[in-house]
Amino acid sequence: MDVTGLSLTTITLFLPIVGLAILLFMNGETHRGSLKWVAFATSIVTFVASVLMWINFDPGSAELQMVQRNTWAEITLGESVINVSYFVGVDGISMLLVLLTTFIMPIAILGSFGSHIFEERGREKLYYIFLMLLEWSMIGVFVVHDLIIFYVFWEVTLVPMYFLIGIWGSEDRIYAAVKFFLYTMAGSILMLIAILYVGNRSGTFSTYSAGGDVGVIERVQTFDGEGTYWDALGPEGEDTGFLLNSVESFLFLGFLIAFAIKVPIFPFHSWLPDAHVQAPTAGSVILAGVLLKMGTYGIVRFNLNLFPEATVAWAPTIAFLGVVGIIYGAWVSYAQDNVKKLVAYSSVSHLGFVVVGIFALNAQGLQGATLQMVNHGISTGGLFLIVGMLYERWHTKEMADYGGVWKAMPLFGAISLVISLSSMGLPGLNGFIGEFTILLGSLGSDYLGFAFTLFATLGVILAAVYLLKMFQHVFMGELRNPLSSEDGYTLAWYEKAAYIPIIIMVFWMGLQPIVFFNLLDVSVDKIVALFVR
Amino acid sequence: MFESPTIAEFLAQSNLASTLPATLLLAWTLLLVLVDLFAGEEREHWTPIAACLGLGLSFLANVFVYSPAAAEQVALYGMFVADAFTGFLNAVILVATFIAVLMSRDYLKRAEIHRGEFYILALISSAGAMFMVGANDLIIVFVALELLSIPLYILAAFRSIKNDGSDLALKSEESGMKYFILGAFSSAFLVFGAALVYGATGTTSIPQIFEIAGSIVGATSSAAFYLLVGVALLIVGLGFKVAVVPFHMWTPDVYEGAPTPVTAFMSVTAKIGGFAALLRVLITGLSVLVLADSEVAVWQATATLIAILTLILGNFVAISQRNLKRMLAYSSIAHAGYIMVAVAAAGSAVIANAATQGALVYMMAYMFTNLGAFAVVMSIERVDGSGGNIDDLNGLAQSRPLMAMAMTIFMLSLTGVPLTAGFVGKFMIFSAAVQAGLFGLAVIGVLTSVVSAFYYIRVVVNMYLRDHEGELIPALETRYVRLAINVALAGTLVFGIFYPLATNLVSMVSIA
Repeated sequence: MDVTGLSLTTITLFLPIVGLAILLFMNGETHRGSLKWVAFATSIVTFVASVLMWINFDPGSAELQMVQRNTWAEITLGESVINVSYFVGVDGISMLLVLLTTFIMPIAILGSFGSHIFEERGREKLYYIFLMLLEWSMIGVFVVHDLIIFYVFWEVTLVPMYFLIGIWGSEDRIYAAVKFFLYTMAGSILMLIAILYVGNRSGTFSTYSAGGDVGVIERVQTFDGEGTYWDALGPEGEDTGFLLNSVESFLFLGFLIAFAIKVPIFPFHSWLPDAHVQAPTAGSVILAGVLLKMGTYGIVRFNLNLFPEATVAWAPTIAFLGVVGIIYGAWVSYAQDNVKKLVAYSSVSHLGFVVVGIFALNAQGLQGATLQMVNHGISTGGLFLIVGMLYERWHTKEMADYGGVWKAMPLFGAISLVISLSSMGLPGLNGFIGEFTILLGSLGSDYLGFAFTLFATLGVILAAVYLLKMFQHVFMGELRNPLSSEDGYTLAWYEKAAYIPIIIMVFWMGLQPIVFFNLLDVSVDKIVALFVR
Repeated sequence: MFESPTIAEFLAQSNLASTLPATLLLAWTLLLVLVDLFAGEEREHWTPIAACLGLGLSFLANVFVYSPAAAEQVALYGMFVADAFTGFLNAVILVATFIAVLMSRDYLKRAEIHRGEFYILALISSAGAMFMVGANDLIIVFVALELLSIPLYILAAFRSIKNDGSDLALKSEESGMKYFILGAFSSAFLVFGAALVYGATGTTSIPQIFEIAGSIVGATSSAAFYLLVGVALLIVGLGFKVAVVPFHMWTPDVYEGAPTPVTAFMSVTAKIGGFAALLRVLITGLSVLVLADSEVAVWQATATLIAILTLILGNFVAISQRNLKRMLAYSSIAHAGYIMVAVAAAGSAVIANAATQGALVYMMAYMFTNLGAFAVVMSIERVDGSGGNIDDLNGLAQSRPLMAMAMTIFMLSLTGVPLTAGFVGKFMIFSAAVQAGLFGLAVIGVLTSVVSAFYYIRVVVNMYLRDHEGELIPALETRYVRLAINVALAGTLVFGIFYPLATNLVSMVSIA
């Protein structure tokens, strides 16, 4: 199989860079009006490219598709030569998340079309450059299958997000940006050590097999010696002295901590509310929509595939943290007076479901988890857009200052209701599908008990509680703070345009989930096969 | 007793062609003295131009002598070795000197201390460093070290030639003096160590030490004891030069007091020279220093301990610095710690070469990045020496967007963020450490990287996220300074993005 030719994946991946290059050559002052159009057009073209990928994608195949693999560098270490390669391709899980990324991006850009932040902070050109850089690195995370290149993309996502929060954020932006940077870096750099170990011991950084090279995953899964693959490769006769006393477990944690911070899994979540509250609207939308999914995606892609034995050993513990996250996130969310913080903590709760789904380690759990990643991206992205638009008009995030928005803006109120209900998991809308499948998965899991399902279900109820509280405080009742001019109540075209795709997806995924499950079936089965007892 | 060699024998034995880059540069400095003497006041720019020309010629010579196909050669009666290691580090040193010369001219003029001697001394010093990286004999190590250091002592005190009794001149004098005394002190350690090694092995030639040391260490004799003490003293002596904990005390004061271009220059060349000698002595000469029932060299434990101390102290103390030069001084201590990780990893024989390659790439990345960062710090400094505090960077992104962008990339590279040269270096070094089984060291290395992110990112925070208060700093952003920054930036990005470039350049390096 020739895998060195240019693939559609590469084209999709590098389209944002084309946009970035165009932006770079534009003059930030004289072309100020067209900056956003260039960024928007690029994101639309990227979206079209990813839809082309979807059309080309064969959901019946468990192999990576649209693969390209070029050797990038050869590292000689002692007696072994290790290849680092540019290796991209998609399976069902990657495909869905690439689509999510390219879908959220134009919406986030539309969301910043009329934003006031540029009048205050300026540097509009830089803003869109960072958005393009962010899109490139996020797609990169989802499509590369070489550990080193993965790490490169993973780290690069930090830089634009850091600046987006730091330059265009609210009052405490510096604190939030630095906290975000250090927190995520601390996690990911431990992963680097684990990656280096994996590469050095197994002899390749490629996770999948392609072009005659055997990837790490295949090496792990076809290993038939005594003990596990990693223990067999591990330091001979040395007691590593770590939990569960195995190399594999240690490596598993190296990866997991990086991902857990990104997700964030309780108790690694403390950066999230700060980052979300301070970030500009587009930043929050992307952060909630895509960036957090990088963590859960990483767990599915690397932890489960590379360290199956350690996954089994750790599954109840991590799933327990997931359940704690569900309830804790919901609880704290309910206590917030700040709308944006409320939505931020709801992310902790929703991603707890994803974690439980993943560590159910069966087909329903994993499919539900992957779908829930997308659902959460769409619903919470939408919620952050709502908060952003409220803030543009009223300049406050305190719930007490709102009230009766529905009366003034009925269309906006209706949209918000749909999105809130979708986030709550109302049957017929997208949120329900993901959560329901996850709960089904956890119930049928060989690794998790009934208690996990029970407490996770509590989270569904709590979600209704805090989201209805928000909806009631903001939209119901009498209009508390009327705007100075009636014009403020109308939605601009770009604001409406941002919601149309979201609403479509909310209903489409809710009513016809089979389209998306089809995409996942085979890819998920391949992973689940590792854990069948 | 001594037979005088024939001319042909002499030429064959000394093999001067292989030492051409270094000897050419040294000879060029003599020419530079004349140029400087006759150029006169109004043509004083001739000296820096001639200096750059010399660096360029030496670079060309380096390319010819050390083409990848060229075999390893010894020169100067076996005291100098011309291999890929020498060639690569020669190039790094020459580029470093070139950037430093570019930075210096306008700074010196503004400070009214522009003298032709500056360039002459800088070139002598880099010739010394070039001899040091090719040293194949403890005597050459010592001579080259002095050739490298003595001009640096003078350069550190260079501001005091304008004897106006100002605080700056005094600080510069203090810096030169401190550097000199501690440098002399460390040289004494080095020489004493070399003498003990000679006493134990009967030779100062590094390859011969390798042949003899193995048999000595096996036997329980006083020779083994002297050899071990000698090696310890060598590590101490070179440890002073490269500023690793606990031999780092002089660094912050010297770096702060010296004129900024000098600080930039010595933070790079002295470290490269010192580490090159350390790698040669430890790997080529003493990798056989293996005790019974052990697989790794004796000095690995020492190197590991030094690396850990250096990483922790350098990074944590840098956090509390408000002065940029002091911050970069502690950060340079920390970076010596990262290179020390590679030295420690090289203690395991199988990956000695991989670790060396990692160290070389790291030094190159550090050279580009650190010089670039110092160039930015230098250009925002005021004439009276103030303006070098971290708060003085506030709002630089608004007033000088290009400079701020360059500084951001330098800071990310020092942190080790991917797509910058710093990441490539860190990656190779940690790979080597993991391969050598030094997991604890690797984990401490990455964790201290996170600590370092804290103070590097603060620089970016100040430039981009805070606004400037008070009058703007009249930045010294002249053509040459900008060129220096651009060269450093190009190096940082090119070697960061095109990862294979760096690994291919060092792939031939093999000193074990």
